[in-house]
Amino acid sequence: MMTDKTVTRRDFLKIAWGAAGVLALAETGAVTLSFFAPRLVAGEFGGVIEAGAVDSFQPGSVTPFTQGRFFLVRMPDGGFVALYRKCTHLGCAVPWNPAEGKFICPCHGSAFETDGQVINQPAPRPLDRFLVTIENGIVTVDTGTPIQRDHASDADLVYAEVQS
Amino acid sequence: MTDNLDPRPDELKQRVWESIQRDELPPRDDRGRMRVVMNNLILHLHPSKVAKPTLKFTYTWGLGGLALLLVALLSLTGVMLMFVYTPSPETAYRDMLNLQTEVWFGQLIRNLHHWSGNLLVIVAFLHLLRVFFTGGFKTPREFNWILGIGLLLLVVGANFTGYLLPWDQLAYWAVTVGSSLLSYVPLIGEPLRTFLLGGPEVGAATLTNFYGLHVAIIPITLMGIVSFHIWRVRKDSLSIPHKLDGSVDGSAGPQIEKVTTLPHLVSREFVFALVMTGAILLWSVWVNAPLEAAANPDHSPNPAKAAWYFMGLQELLLHFHPVFGAIIIPALALGALAFLPYQRFDLSAEGVWFRSAKGRRMAVFGALTALIVVPLLVLFDEYALDLPGLLPSLPTIISNGWIPLAALLLLLIGYYDGIKRIFQATACESRQSVFVLLIVSFIVLTVIGVAFRGEGMALMLPWEVL
Repeated sequence: MMTDKTVTRRDFLKIAWGAAGVLALAETGAVTLSFFAPRLVAGEFGGVIEAGAVDSFQPGSVTPFTQGRFFLVRMPDGGFVALYRKCTHLGCAVPWNPAEGKFICPCHGSAFETDGQVINQPAPRPLDRFLVTIENGIVTVDTGTPIQRDHASDADLVYAEVQS
Repeated sequence: MTDNLDPRPDELKQRVWESIQRDELPPRDDRGRMRVVMNNLILHLHPSKVAKPTLKFTYTWGLGGLALLLVALLSLTGVMLMFVYTPSPETAYRDMLNLQTEVWFGQLIRNLHHWSGNLLVIVAFLHLLRVFFTGGFKTPREFNWILGIGLLLLVVGANFTGYLLPWDQLAYWAVTVGSSLLSYVPLIGEPLRTFLLGGPEVGAATLTNFYGLHVAIIPITLMGIVSFHIWRVRKDSLSIPHKLDGSVDGSAGPQIEKVTTLPHLVSREFVFALVMTGAILLWSVWVNAPLEAAANPDHSPNPAKAAWYFMGLQELLLHFHPVFGAIIIPALALGALAFLPYQRFDLSAEGVWFRSAKGRRMAVFGALTALIVVPLLVLFDEYALDLPGLLPSLPTIISNGWIPLAALLLLLIGYYDGIKRIFQATACESRQSVFVLLIVSFIVLTVIGVAFRGEGMALMLPWEVL
């Protein structure tokens, strides 16, 4: 057994070449991956959408936005939440069922409360939400990143500032 | 000058012919026959001589060859379809309608492609079963088994990417549901899905991505691995069929007779390919590939089902926490499948259908167990068992994941131990029985998903499903 830990010139070159090879492979991989990375097209789903004036949404109403793929929900207490319509189970488009007052997924029967909370499995978590901002009485929804959550909570609700 | 006379024949026609086909046709003796096989690009995939017993049709059922024939048919019809189809949401569905109504024989070519693709999934699966049940994966053929599993996955991938291209409701939602299974992989699942789809939802980018995968990446990879697979078959040769008493099936003594590939193997392959092509053609003339309404991202159909070969997975998903149904159980199953040839194997069982007489009885026992137990378990879980409700303090990943999986694994181990003792069987025979049990379970789950799940994915009788 050799105990000499000195790196010979040959060893050093071997390691250097190996490292250079790995680096080259990693670079090629990065280039390939970036090339195929998802590209967002301007104006498509994924941008910021102006939903309308605060007063145009009645408390206790659910308004679908087909282009933005979300429902703008105004809770009875006046709070807003934007729910991504994609079912958290397997991605089907969940419609609002006004007769039963809940969201019912046609694919596998998941059901959600008005605020997105799961009533019926198999959905593993509430409907994702989008960021809602209210400025000068206008509601805008950022459909860029769906926000996942384990439980729907009142903290998700956004209120219009009280006009003085 | 006269010493340098060209020895080749003078007649141009004959000189051209001999530049292409060097050997005499038809060959006059075995030596000539072997030389023809060796010198022909396609025939050279075969060895020049094969063991006579392996020619028996009911040993291989021609499944590997049939898979290859289907790949050829798929390439041919697929390339034709590329000329009349544009992968964009604006044009894809219109092109499909156009293909079916305006293009001469368009419907027929589409049917051929569609049915060959679906049949290929079944044939590749049956091929895997055949190789397993005759012990055809043992030394030195272990690695070819792994290549085969890779090919099966590629075939499913080709099917899945092709599923989207018609851009009808069926395509759109099956791919939405199917790709959503990926989201349940911890950490990398969601980014991987977004990468594959080219965005958060199935859309224009998805169609472009899937088209590229379907017509280039997957076929090229498939061709590469298929060549490797066949080359290994040629190098390792087929396992020899044996009868239960250990004697070679199709040979009088222990000496195994070898015959020339041409004509013995080639003629059989040719006839089988011709018959199967005829059968697929006939089927495609009569049965049209489905095409539903144009894709509508705003409206999911009820129920939305994945492609039929994913229905077993989708059924699992209805009973387990998604991480288990979509990821852990399939990964365990695939891992076990890949590991199979590296386990101890009775050499006497190679080439014997189902290992031995006892192995056959135990295989039937495994199949019957699955046929009875799996529907009962599904019914029990659907109507009686509510683990998350019973154990409300635990997260569902434990109550509906670890607990039922552990219970099932314990049952499987109990089954293995039990039958090994009851039948006084070898590990090899008992393992086969477990394999049969699992395979039949998977088939039963697929059938339940396809035929017994209707609106809202509720259980119902097949004639109510529609």
